[in-house]
Amino acid sequence: MASAWETVIGLETHVQLRTVSKMFCGCSAAFGAPPNSNVCPVCLGLPGALPVPNEQALKLAVRAALGLGCTVHPRSVFARKNYFYPDLPKGYQISQFEQPLATAGSLSYLSPDRGVATATIQRLHIEEDAGKSLHDRFPKQTAIDLNRCGVPLIEVVTGPDFRSPHEARTYLLTLKQVLEYAGISDCDMEKGSLRVDANVSVRRAGETTLGTKTEVKNINSFAYVEKALSVERDRQIAVLEGGGTVAQQTMLYDSKTNSVRPQRSKEESHDYRYFPDPDLPPLVLTEESIAEQQTLLPELPAKKRERFVEKYALSVTDAAVLTADRAVADYYEAVVHAGAEAKTAANWVMTEVLEDAKDHADGLRVAPGALANLIGLVRGGTLSHQAAKRVFAEVAERGGEPRNVAEALGLVQVADTGVLAGWVSEVLGTHTTEVTRYKQGETRLLQFFVGQVMKASRGKADPKLAQRVLEEKLAS
Amino acid sequence: MSDPSEALASAKGAADRIVKVKRLNACLTPIKELRKSLVAQASAAHPSGVLYGMPVAVKDNICTLEFTTSCGSRILEGYRSPYDATAVAKLRAAGALIAGKTNCDEFGMGSSTEHSAYGRSLHPFDKTRVPGGSSGGSAVLVAAGAVPAALGSETGGSVRQPASLCGVVGIKPTYGRVSRYGLVAFGSSLDQIGVLGRSVHDAARVLSVISGRDPKDSTCEERDSLRLPTVPESLQGFVIGVPKEYFPQELDPAVRRACDRAIRLLRELGAAVREVSLPHTVYAVATYYIIAPAEASSNLARYDGARYGPRFDGSEDVRALYRTTRGEGFGPEVRRRVLVGTYVLSSGYYDAYYRKAQQMRALIAQDFRNVFDRGVDLLFTPTTPTPAFKAGEKLNDPVAMYLSDIFTVTANLAGLPAISVPIGRIRGLPVGGQLIGQAFLEDEMLEAAYALERAVPAGEEA
Repeated sequence: MASAWETVIGLETHVQLRTVSKMFCGCSAAFGAPPNSNVCPVCLGLPGALPVPNEQALKLAVRAALGLGCTVHPRSVFARKNYFYPDLPKGYQISQFEQPLATAGSLSYLSPDRGVATATIQRLHIEEDAGKSLHDRFPKQTAIDLNRCGVPLIEVVTGPDFRSPHEARTYLLTLKQVLEYAGISDCDMEKGSLRVDANVSVRRAGETTLGTKTEVKNINSFAYVEKALSVERDRQIAVLEGGGTVAQQTMLYDSKTNSVRPQRSKEESHDYRYFPDPDLPPLVLTEESIAEQQTLLPELPAKKRERFVEKYALSVTDAAVLTADRAVADYYEAVVHAGAEAKTAANWVMTEVLEDAKDHADGLRVAPGALANLIGLVRGGTLSHQAAKRVFAEVAERGGEPRNVAEALGLVQVADTGVLAGWVSEVLGTHTTEVTRYKQGETRLLQFFVGQVMKASRGKADPKLAQRVLEEKLAS
Repeated sequence: MSDPSEALASAKGAADRIVKVKRLNACLTPIKELRKSLVAQASAAHPSGVLYGMPVAVKDNICTLEFTTSCGSRILEGYRSPYDATAVAKLRAAGALIAGKTNCDEFGMGSSTEHSAYGRSLHPFDKTRVPGGSSGGSAVLVAAGAVPAALGSETGGSVRQPASLCGVVGIKPTYGRVSRYGLVAFGSSLDQIGVLGRSVHDAARVLSVISGRDPKDSTCEERDSLRLPTVPESLQGFVIGVPKEYFPQELDPAVRRACDRAIRLLRELGAAVREVSLPHTVYAVATYYIIAPAEASSNLARYDGARYGPRFDGSEDVRALYRTTRGEGFGPEVRRRVLVGTYVLSSGYYDAYYRKAQQMRALIAQDFRNVFDRGVDLLFTPTTPTPAFKAGEKLNDPVAMYLSDIFTVTANLAGLPAISVPIGRIRGLPVGGQLIGQAFLEDEMLEAAYALERAVPAGEEA
C-alpha cells in the first residue's frame, strides 16, 4: 500500500554544544551529576539574575552553521519563548525566533533510495535547554532536575526534504558525523545531547501539495528514528485510506510498544509569545570572528569521502566507511603515509582495525606506522595474511614491532622447499581419498591441500610456494 | 568618617531614626533585625571605603543577602536571596551600611506605594497623602531624615516621581550605567537602579559607587566612571531646552510657577534656555504601558510557587498550583499588567501592539537625539504634573495613576539619565523639577542639578 503514497519528512534536531559551562552562566554543563548540583541563581531563574552568553557556545554555533553551509547573520537576536512548565524555572526559554543565527544551508547525504541527496537547512539557531521532569522517580510526584537547565543547544531545522524514514535516519547520521567531525557536539542521543523531532505527512504519489503534518516527538535513539517515523507514516496512510483526515497534532512515540499517541491537547496549543529578550543585546558577529570559525572547520566527511575516492582509488562505499569517523579517516591516511598501499590499507582498516576498535572502546590500538610495517611484511612474503592477523592482534594487545612479534611467535613464513616438502608429504599421506579424487580430475581440491598445508605449518608456510610443491608432488 | 566608633554611632543613629518614623511604614525590615545587622555591618565595614559608615536603605526589589527581598509582594513573602545585587555588593565594598529594605509598589508597579502587599507608605509631611512610588519607602526614609540616601529603582519614573513628591533628589542613570544584576526585573529594557538622596551631592556619591560595568549584566556598559559634582561657578555655556510638550495647558498652575522660577534661576546662572519640541511625547505613556507590561508578563512568569516563595493551595495539579499561587500571590495591579502584557504579546496582536510600541519607542528616542544634536545639552521639565495626591484618590483609576508618570516615562523609553531636584512647595507640599541629560553624560546633568539645587529656595512656596 505504501507505494501509492509518498512520505514527506522534515527534521528539527536539537544538538548540545560541547562546552564546559552552560549557555548563560558558569555552571558545568556535564552530564550525569547528582540532581540539582550544577545550578546557580542564573540557571535557577532566581529573582534578579541575568544571562550572559557563553562565548565558546557562540563560536561552536557559528562553526556548526558554517559546516552546514548556512549564511551566518552578522546580527541575530535572542528571543524569549514563553510557557509555563515546572522544569522551566524562568517561565521562558531563551532562544532565537525572528532573527536566527543562520539560515539557508544544506547538507548532502547518501540516500538509500536516491543516491547523493541534499537536505536544505532552513535555519540554525541558538537556545538554552530546559530542565528535566522525572515522573517515575517518586510515586505520584514529579521530581525536577535542573542540571540540564541552561545547557547550550543549537536547533537545526530542515525543509520537508526526506521521502522515507530511512532517508531521515541517514540524514541524521550524516548530521551527527559533521557535528562530531567539527568538534561541535558529541551527538549522544542516549545522553540527550542530540534530540530530534520530526514533521511527518503523506500524500498520494505524484501530488505536489503537502499533506497535513503531525509532529512526532520523544524519539530517544537513532534506532527509533526509523521505527517511529514508519509507525506514524503507516498510521496516516491508514487514516487516509479509511476515508479519514489527518489531524495536525503532536504525536508522542513510545519505544516500548513501538506506537505513537497524540499528546494531550492541554500539553500543547501554546502561544509562545516570542519577543526579543531585553536582557541580551543583539548578537553581533564581526566578519573576522566568522572567518576564524571557518578556518577551524576541518575537512568534512562528504569532502573527505570524495577526496578518498579520487586520491586513493577507493570505492564510494569504502570511502564512506573510512570517513564516517574523523579519527578513523585520519588513521587510515597515516597508514598510507607510512608507506602502505592504499587499497590494502583500506581493507585492513575496515576489517581488523575497526573490529578491534569496536571491542576496545573505539581505541585505535595499533599505531599507523606499525600497521604499515605489517602490511609491508605480507607484501614482501615474510608473513601470510593469516599470520599477519595474529601479529596484528598480538601488537594490539601487547604492543611491539610487527617483525619482532612475528618472529617471537614463530610466524615468519617458511619459503624453504625442503621444509615445505615435509608438510606436503604429511598432508598427502593423511588425505589419500582426496589425492585419488584429485588425480581423477578434481583439480579444484588443490586449494583444500594448500589450506591443509597452512594448517600443518600453523600458518608459517608460504602459500604460493606450498601450492607449487603440491602441484609438483601431485603430478608425479 | 574613618573611625570605627563613628561608623557604629552612624549605624545606631540610623536604626533610631528609622524606628522614629515607623508609622510612615517606609521600612519593611523588622527593627530588631535591622539594628543588629547595622551594628554588625558597621564593625565589618572597611574604613577605607568612600561611603564608610553611610547608611543606605535599599528598595525591597533589590536583592540583598541580609533581610528578605519580597518586592512588596505576597508571592515573595519571606524570600531571602542567596546573593547581593551588584549595586549592593558595591555599596558594601565602599563601606556603606545597608539600612534595611524599603516599601514599594509590588514589583515596582505603581506610583503611590499603595500597591504594596505590606500596606501603603505615608507621605512624611501629610499622612493622608501618598509619597509617590514605586520607590516610595526609599523617598520617605530620605525625606524624613532617617538615611542620607537610599537605592530605588525605575521603570517609568519610580525614583524621580516619589523624589518630587517627597522633596528629595532622585536620579535615574542612563540605561546601562548601573548593573541590573540583582534588581528584580519588571520591564528589563527600562529598568534601572537609581538613587534617592537628601542632596544632589549625597545621591551622586552613591551613584558613583554603584555605577560601572558588570560582567554579570550584558546590558551594562563599560564607560568612564562618574566625577563627583562640584558646584559650578556658573552654567555659562550650558544650553537648556524646555520641551513645550511638558507644559500642557492643563498643567497645575503652581507647578508651572515653580518651573518658571527654576528656569529663571537657570538663566541667571548663565545657561541659555530655549524652547524645544519633542513631538512624539504624547504617545509616551501609551507606548510605555505596552512595553513595560509585555516584559513584565514574561519576567514575572517565574513566580509560580514551584521553587520558592509561598505556595497557595492548589495541590491537585500543577496548573492549579500556578493558578492559585499567582492568583493569590499577586495583587490587582500586577495581575492587570500581566494580563495586558500577555495580551499584547499574543499571536495576532503582537504586530498591532508590541511591534508598534517598539517603533514608537524608537521615534521617541529619536526626538531626544534630534534636540541634543541641535546643541541642547539638557532638558528641563516638571517631574510630576502635581504635588503628592491623596491616598486612595487614584487607586481605582489606573489611567489617572499612570498619568502621574507622564513626564518621567520618556527618559526610560529613551534610556537617558534624568534627575529630579526640589524646586519649591505648593500648599506646603514639595514638587520637583527634572533635568534630562544625554546618554552617559550624567556628569553635566549632575553639575547643572547641583547649581539649581543651590539656587532654588526649595522650601518656599512657588
